[in-house]
Amino acid sequence: MSASVAASIAIDDELVGEDLACRRGERLVFAGLDCRLAAGGALLLTGSNGSGKSSLLRLLATLLTPAAGQLWWAGAPVAADRTRYRAMIDYVGHLDATKAALTARETLGFWAALRGTARPDIDAALDRFGLGAVADWPCRWLSAGQRRRLALARLVAAPAPVWLLDEPTAALDSDGEVRLVAAIADHRAGGGRVALATHQPIALPGAVPIVLDDFAASPGDALATLW
Amino acid sequence: MTGAFLGLLRRDLRLSLRQGGDVGLVIGFFVLAVLLFPFGVGPEPELLGRIAAGIIWVAALLAAVLSLDRLFAADHADGGLDLIALSAMPLELAVLAKAAAHWLTTGLPLTLISPLLAVLVDLDAAAIPVLMLGLLLGTPALSLFGAIAAALTLGARRPGVLVSLLVLPLYLPPLIFGAGAVEATLTADGGRAHLLLLGALTLAALPLAPLATAAALRQALD
Repeated sequence: MSASVAASIAIDDELVGEDLACRRGERLVFAGLDCRLAAGGALLLTGSNGSGKSSLLRLLATLLTPAAGQLWWAGAPVAADRTRYRAMIDYVGHLDATKAALTARETLGFWAALRGTARPDIDAALDRFGLGAVADWPCRWLSAGQRRRLALARLVAAPAPVWLLDEPTAALDSDGEVRLVAAIADHRAGGGRVALATHQPIALPGAVPIVLDDFAASPGDALATLW
Repeated sequence: MTGAFLGLLRRDLRLSLRQGGDVGLVIGFFVLAVLLFPFGVGPEPELLGRIAAGIIWVAALLAAVLSLDRLFAADHADGGLDLIALSAMPLELAVLAKAAAHWLTTGLPLTLISPLLAVLVDLDAAAIPVLMLGLLLGTPALSLFGAIAAALTLGARRPGVLVSLLVLPLYLPPLIFGAGAVEATLTADGGRAHLLLLGALTLAALPLAPLATAAALRQALD
């Protein structure tokens, strides 16, 4: 692909969140949030507990419906064709989606197959996160950090342009964090993008910071009083 | 998409078989529940033989309910349901795969050991093929209806009890036609009409239950 074609795709397939608001139960978590994620870009979501970092990621993953505002992908509203958009994202939430009775290799193979990844390189993905030696262990033998690595290995086994990561460094040791940072850097160098929520400092050069507390809805907000 | 469907089916089967007990528990419950009846109503062959089909069907319903609360709860608790919802496969198809896995690990084994239990409760040997055919046609509907209830009770505090309350009324039609088929065979009316209705129930549940279940799951994820 020539550089000019790559550049035009980069402009066209921007992920844009416009005036997003999120309601959980009767509480308006945040409102009036705009964000943009272009090729190679990164969003760094920070904020106090309960400020809506996870909710924003779930909203970007289309697992939650925004209370107001809209998501756009490549100039088209995401709500119009969610299936197409969902093929573009990899979501690693704060739960690891591992089963005690399945081995690491089986777990990763299953999730990659479910994404419809043709011939995923499971071993390479496991090695990337330092799990080669425990690939055939059932997940019940893995530590919390190893299960976290296994969840992150999905990003490599079933690659997608947009990574949505919720506290990815939780339970990771320093080696795991180095591997994650390297994987994110490679991903962004290849035109991938990442939105990452964290409490810990993480090396994410050029990331656009979003502090969720800045978008906390005031009690007098029109939406907040709706319910 | 077929790959994803088969992958999910295979994983759920593998989980049930590996976590041992799962299938054994359901079968054990089924056998014990049926065996309680001769002790409760007395061992007279005529009486037992007349209510045998009803006993076996009721025990099969309860055994199927027993394993329902895990159908989606485990995936919901470990975050896997999010990933299933985000996969390229429509959620309705994923529901179908999980319901199929549930049937293969409950309905099918129950059907296969039902002749043994039929003998234990003195069911007329001539009616055993009809009993088995009825179970074969009707138990898929139990798994499919059960999926709706299992999805609706996600996040509830006592899902096991709530699932039973929701699903047992839905199980009345399969029970009536399943036990009715055996009864009709014994009274020379022929159980054909009952079996056809059982098949119709399963055929109707096949597209409708996944739709309802997927809607409930979306609600639970939101």
